[in-house]
Amino acid sequence: MVGLFIAAFLALFLLVPVVKVIYVAFIDPATGDFTLLNFKDFFDSSLFRESFYNSFYVSAMSVIVATLIAMPLAYFTTRFNFKGAAIIQTLGIIPLIMPPFVGAVAMKLLFGTNGSINLLLEEYLGINIPFMEGLNGVILVQSIHYFPFILINLSAALINIDSSMEEAAQNLGTRGLRLFRKIVFPLAMPGYIAGAALVFIKVFDDLGTPLLLDVNKMLAPQAYLRISSIGISDPMGYVISVILIAISLFSLWASFQAMKGRDYSSVQKGGGGLSKRDLKTGERIMVYAVIGFILFMVLSPHIGLLLLSFSTIWSFAVLPDGYTFAHYYTAFSSASGYITNTLIYAGLAALFDVVLGVAIAYIVYRTGLIGRKWLDYGASAALAIPGVVLGIGYLRTFHNVEVPIVGEPLASWWVIIVIALTIRRFPYALRACVAAIQQVSVMLEEAAENLGANKRRSVFKIVVPLMSGGIIAGFVTSFATASVELSATIMLVAKESDAPLAYGIYEFLQSASGRGPGAALGILAVIIVGLGTYFSHRIIERGEKKRNAAVAVNEE
Amino acid sequence: MNDTNLTIKNLHLSFGATEVLKGINLDIKQGEFFSFLGSSGSGKSTLLRAIAGFGPTPKGQILIGGQDIADLPPWEREVGMVFQSYALWPHMTVAKNVAFGLEERKVAKAEVNKRVIEALDMVGLADYADRRPSQLSGGQQQRVALARTIVVEPRILLLDEPLSNLDANLRVQMRQDILALQRKLNLTTIFVTHDQEEANSISDRMALLSNGVVQQVGTPLALYDKPCNNFVASFLGTANIFSGEVQDDNGTKIFVTNKNVKIELPKIDTPIKSVVIRPQNINLSAVNDAAASKGGLIGVVTKTEFLGSHIRYEVIVDGELFIVDQHHHLNGEFFEKSSEVQLIINKDQTVILN
Ligand SMILES: Nc1ncnc2c1ncn2[C@@H]1O[C@H](COP(=O)(O)OP(=O)(O)O)[C@@H](O)[C@H]1O
Ligand SMILES: [Mg+2]
Repeated sequence: MVGLFIAAFLALFLLVPVVKVIYVAFIDPATGDFTLLNFKDFFDSSLFRESFYNSFYVSAMSVIVATLIAMPLAYFTTRFNFKGAAIIQTLGIIPLIMPPFVGAVAMKLLFGTNGSINLLLEEYLGINIPFMEGLNGVILVQSIHYFPFILINLSAALINIDSSMEEAAQNLGTRGLRLFRKIVFPLAMPGYIAGAALVFIKVFDDLGTPLLLDVNKMLAPQAYLRISSIGISDPMGYVISVILIAISLFSLWASFQAMKGRDYSSVQKGGGGLSKRDLKTGERIMVYAVIGFILFMVLSPHIGLLLLSFSTIWSFAVLPDGYTFAHYYTAFSSASGYITNTLIYAGLAALFDVVLGVAIAYIVYRTGLIGRKWLDYGASAALAIPGVVLGIGYLRTFHNVEVPIVGEPLASWWVIIVIALTIRRFPYALRACVAAIQQVSVMLEEAAENLGANKRRSVFKIVVPLMSGGIIAGFVTSFATASVELSATIMLVAKESDAPLAYGIYEFLQSASGRGPGAALGILAVIIVGLGTYFSHRIIERGEKKRNAAVAVNEE
Repeated sequence: MNDTNLTIKNLHLSFGATEVLKGINLDIKQGEFFSFLGSSGSGKSTLLRAIAGFGPTPKGQILIGGQDIADLPPWEREVGMVFQSYALWPHMTVAKNVAFGLEERKVAKAEVNKRVIEALDMVGLADYADRRPSQLSGGQQQRVALARTIVVEPRILLLDEPLSNLDANLRVQMRQDILALQRKLNLTTIFVTHDQEEANSISDRMALLSNGVVQQVGTPLALYDKPCNNFVASFLGTANIFSGEVQDDNGTKIFVTNKNVKIELPKIDTPIKSVVIRPQNINLSAVNDAAASKGGLIGVVTKTEFLGSHIRYEVIVDGELFIVDQHHHLNGEFFEKSSEVQLIINKDQTVILN
């Protein structure tokens, strides 16, 4: 029943619009007949071939750089006892709550050819490093923006490794990096792959960042440019959409294959996670130095944005020329509607996501429902659908579907934005829920049923509480990323009063004079979502502590 | 052969403010099969893990062959540990798991292969080398964990409740296998268990732990027959323990319990707080008047329990409860509930606690 409802929802708001887009790609615009000619045109063009290669290169490099950022943070915070581990984890998520296109503007001011860092480097070392030139810029901005996907998944996986796994290896003579490489990392592999695949796909599909950095020779910008400049009927935009979808689907499939047979669900959850070790003074200094450096890199978009939001003029200088509050005044006076809209849209979407996520995770991993795998694949397939594609699909499919009572077309009603966000962010929540349910041994549920709890009660009293860490992680990820989503919403905002924050920021940033207020609004967004994230983290931690205490008592 | 005597001197260990090991002293000899016995929470695992180098840093000394290892990290101790949960790495095959320690020691590839097969052979799992741990039964996983540990020829083998996750039949079989393996390798071994039958049946010697303190060390027989305090006496098997005081009875010293029951004593010259008499060291017989007049212990049977090879009686003598085991023979004597019986206690089988 639940399964059927979810299936219908997915079909209507994911399958139908996407099929429409794919359909158009195979149609000759002149005759309306089926044709492969559109694809031939695509591969005949050297511009499109280069864009194809660039998209691939940028995505792969972003995964590598994101891994280099996420891995030390995840490992240090789960492995060692030191102050600030919780703060570091929280800071590690902050990049997600700023739209990457906003970050890109700030990063240019800090790392560009004439940015602060290069001005300093030139003055003291006589060098200029092209951090932000061409594809480098996209890679840097994207990996800084998306590495939290790896951080979150990897940390969760690390925490769930039973400490005796690690101790057994130490007992046999291994330590340090070798221990990490041979035991810890392979065991955390499912989490890592999940995160890395997400990064790859998101970067591959992202539109705003390359556009803002003037990098047009990538697939998503090409699709957007074709549709926005030539029009909604130009087949090339749809062809690129199909290719984006195909590559994303392929990456998803590859990551599923890689995760197969790596279900390391351990019976003894609460047996302990990586054993946390105290740091020696020397080690502590090194760890703090590494973390400090990484956090500086990761937070540089925020630092840059903060400076920008307070600056009178800032160009060709290490720091702004002067400071002012004027931008905040401008921002506040025009943005309260954006903020409320964002909280409502993202909150609702994240809530739907985790509810659906738990339901699907449970159906797929704990029941024998026919076609259950397809629910999982179907939901995950939303990942393979770039926001632009979904946006176009909705416009085309729902512009003449009238909503009763409201009396508006579905395509321009605000609820369609919530639906788009739900669909877009669903895979994140689902992956988190699936990872969580895989860590909960079936035996725990069976034990509850054995003691007389019926299916529903054992799900709600045993499975869901044990999954709560993953569920909240899923909610936070969905909420945070939904609140800064731009690519689908930009196409679905019908009137200013329905617009979310990201849209407002984007509008401001379009003009040179709007950069200051846009930055101020960006800072506001970061603070609001940051606070939300922080409190949900506190809730997880408190729950976790209680639960661990309970487990410890039971084990005695 | 290297000296692998293990000496623990005045070991203290705390988790935060809670002291869990309170001054442990032990001497474990080379090649010995030694058990830590104690109820759950007594500190057995904590002590074992301290020897392997896990957990909070303890105060005191841990010496192997005279060398203090207390400051060495786990990976330099050459102390093999088999974890209660086995801790087999799910991402590696059985052979890979077993080969791991050898590879860490940079043993040549051919040698690794040879020794892995030998070790798996030793635990009877040579055919399972290419399986994943998740494809093995609990008992098989246990054997792999054992093979993985012994293949690197550790100086000392530590086993933390290795049989607790196995079913009963397998447990009995497995403990004999472990003992045989230990004898064959002449490996100094510490075996942690909360099951006294397990400890009794395979230990050369054992230490009984309670509350982070070693209560007594000795052979299973010595601990059973000569417990040094109430706790040991009552933890190991069933015991009648009476407190009272020594009185002079016409020139011979006699023990009088708090309820005024008189028990004869062996020759003693230490102060006595209580006496211990095992149920099987008391004989029951029908009351005969002559004995009764001589002041023998006469009681009433309040409960009988037939246990196959013996019968357990509860007998009340002047308000003092005696548990008595009598061998059961075909056509042997049986005392009904409520019948009067005479208790005969050989004073040499009475153990004195002070
Ligand atoms: N990680 C820990 N933190 C705090 N207390 C612990 C920890 N591990 C064990 N203890 C405490 O130390 C005592 C001994 O535990 P343990 O050595 O595991 O007992 P045993 O193995 O004999 O059952 C127990 O009271 C237990 O609660
Ligand atoms: Mg224990």
